[in-house]
Amino acid sequence: VSRFPVAVARSGSSLVARVRGDAVSVLIRRRGALVGLALLGVVVALGVLAVAIGTRLIPLDEVLRGLIGQADRATTLTVQRFRLPRVVVGVLVGAALGLSGAIVQALTRNPIAAPDVIGISAGASFGAVMVLLAFGGTTVGSGGAAAGLSRIGLPAGAVLGALFAAVLVLGAGGGRNRAGAGFTFSTDRLVLAGIICHAAFIGLVHWGLAAGDVDQATRASAWLMGSLHGRGWEHATALAAALAILLPVALILGTRLDVLALGEDAAASQGVPVARTQIGLFVIAFALTGCAAAAAGPVNFVALLAPQIARRLARAPGAPLVTSALTGAALLLAADLVARLIVPGNELPAGAVTALVGAPCLLWLVRKGLRR
Amino acid sequence: MAVSRVRRNGRLAWGLLAALLALGLAIGAGLAIGGQAIPLSEVLDVLAARDQSDAAIIVWEQRMPRTALGVVVGAALAVAGVLAQGITRNPLADPSLLGVSAGAAVAIVVGSFAFGIHTLAPQILVATLGAVAAGAGVLWLAGFGHGGVAPAGLALVGLSVSALIVAVISVLVLLDAETLDEYRFWLVGALAGRGTPTLATVAPVLLVGLALTLLAVPGLDALSLGDEVAAGLGVRVGRARLVAGVGVVVLTATAVAATGPIAFVGLVVPHAARAITGSRHGWLLPYAAVLGAALLVAADVAGRVVARPAELQVGVVTALVGAPLALILLRGSRPVAVNA
Repeated sequence: VSRFPVAVARSGSSLVARVRGDAVSVLIRRRGALVGLALLGVVVALGVLAVAIGTRLIPLDEVLRGLIGQADRATTLTVQRFRLPRVVVGVLVGAALGLSGAIVQALTRNPIAAPDVIGISAGASFGAVMVLLAFGGTTVGSGGAAAGLSRIGLPAGAVLGALFAAVLVLGAGGGRNRAGAGFTFSTDRLVLAGIICHAAFIGLVHWGLAAGDVDQATRASAWLMGSLHGRGWEHATALAAALAILLPVALILGTRLDVLALGEDAAASQGVPVARTQIGLFVIAFALTGCAAAAAGPVNFVALLAPQIARRLARAPGAPLVTSALTGAALLLAADLVARLIVPGNELPAGAVTALVGAPCLLWLVRKGLRR
Repeated sequence: MAVSRVRRNGRLAWGLLAALLALGLAIGAGLAIGGQAIPLSEVLDVLAARDQSDAAIIVWEQRMPRTALGVVVGAALAVAGVLAQGITRNPLADPSLLGVSAGAAVAIVVGSFAFGIHTLAPQILVATLGAVAAGAGVLWLAGFGHGGVAPAGLALVGLSVSALIVAVISVLVLLDAETLDEYRFWLVGALAGRGTPTLATVAPVLLVGLALTLLAVPGLDALSLGDEVAAGLGVRVGRARLVAGVGVVVLTATAVAATGPIAFVGLVVPHAARAITGSRHGWLLPYAAVLGAALLVAADVAGRVVARPAELQVGVVTALVGAPLALILLRGSRPVAVNA
């Protein structure tokens, strides 16, 4: 008997890690692990590139020295104060969206049921637009009030809106069962409710755009695309604090997704409390989406696309949570790089690129799936 | 069996009559209620004999075209929703999911941004072209050419194309504040201020389109049984989908061009109608048309009442009213499979 708390055994192309006493065992597939490492490399490479590239190009060795504070003052300031936080926010937002999308798609077994389709992102948009309408008049053109709006007002509005949407969508997912006595929870009903809430929130957002003045509408429509522009450490630390709680819970609870995928009856017979697990996972996924939207606005398509790409990369059955998170981070970083470079002297929002690139990608995936 | 079917049809006929009555009430309210309330008796008087009184001008030149537009657009959106759900066999499908609304929207924005089109009649033409192009593109990409298409594929392709178009629009309006300023008022979806010319342009198209959808009834009934069964019954599945798909595109394109996107009616009304009629499209389509018209006209009236003296655009009201309504419908219903 090994004295180590963790025993690792090999079976085929997979590794089985067992915690002593067999209470928990984790199957680590070799391909999955390799893909994960490769994606991590891609994320790091994109991050370094994103720090190096900008209005002033910083050589790679200067970037590394700037990161540890050994470069000259201007470079260190540019790297540490402006470009690094933006990269960190990008990684965290992308990872949150990828993970959230993977959870929702696995729970609903529906490839188009990403959190930005079932009302959560739309709820965040609604909250932010209402904040802009209430406090963002033309008098708040510049100075401290404008900064407060973008640092506190819009994120708070987004979180409250996402929370409101999550309560609505989850509440509608639950209901009385046919006998009229017990409580049931149905992911199908939740998706339908989510689409309904999405439509309603988007309608209200459109009303908000028309109700304000043109200045508010311009600012709102820029925020509504989702962007990493001007994101600083205050965004990064707040998001990191939220994710420090959400990520571990998501990964631990997410191990039950594979059991749920066997079907609700089979999962129940394995002793998994089905409804409670589903609701818990939805809450986590919605919280991830809400936090991401608070930091960067409702970036479209990452949550929808990342799990699809991750599943094809990992080629493993079940929900690829870690791979999806890494894919999401890589996608958002790459999109932000393209957005900064594609129109010289005029930065596009990253969300525009994720949508302009993501939609044809999804289209291609769908076409490929149809031809099979 | 036969007796119960006859009795069922009788019940459905009475129900349709009740729905028509509700539509009549909504139209009456649409003519009588507004910034200046006109008693229903006076409305009937000026309708019978048009004179030069204020009431006659308000009723004939403002509320009448507005209400009539609400009737045809509401009916068109609801019927398009039934057709879209029928061909995709996906209760989440709604015309906006097939790329048609987005196609109309991008055409309006590009027309304003690149060609300086700012007046209504050319805008309607341009929007119709855009919607038809987007709808045809979705149908083609989903593989209509080669022997039919999987329902999930159509919904996914529509979603991707819509998202792509919305992204293009967002970039364009980001680059040009003037375009945004025009676009945001069209985007809400409103019946107000469209006037008789709009009505005269779109009403014939919509009415003919609505009548022609009846041709799709046998095909849709067969499709609801599944592709294999439908083919076994001798229905050409691909062609049945194509006929209904063309119906969706034409109805939605014209409606969206006239009023801006009012997404909710096409999603909610088909569900409500199906709860009454079941899935036989011979009853489902007329029910959806009448209920859709009644809902849109009533929503427009509500928008005039709640925010007096200002008005709430009908697109906002349908969202505010339609969403809770839909959620209540959903709670009472048995869960349906929505897997794409």
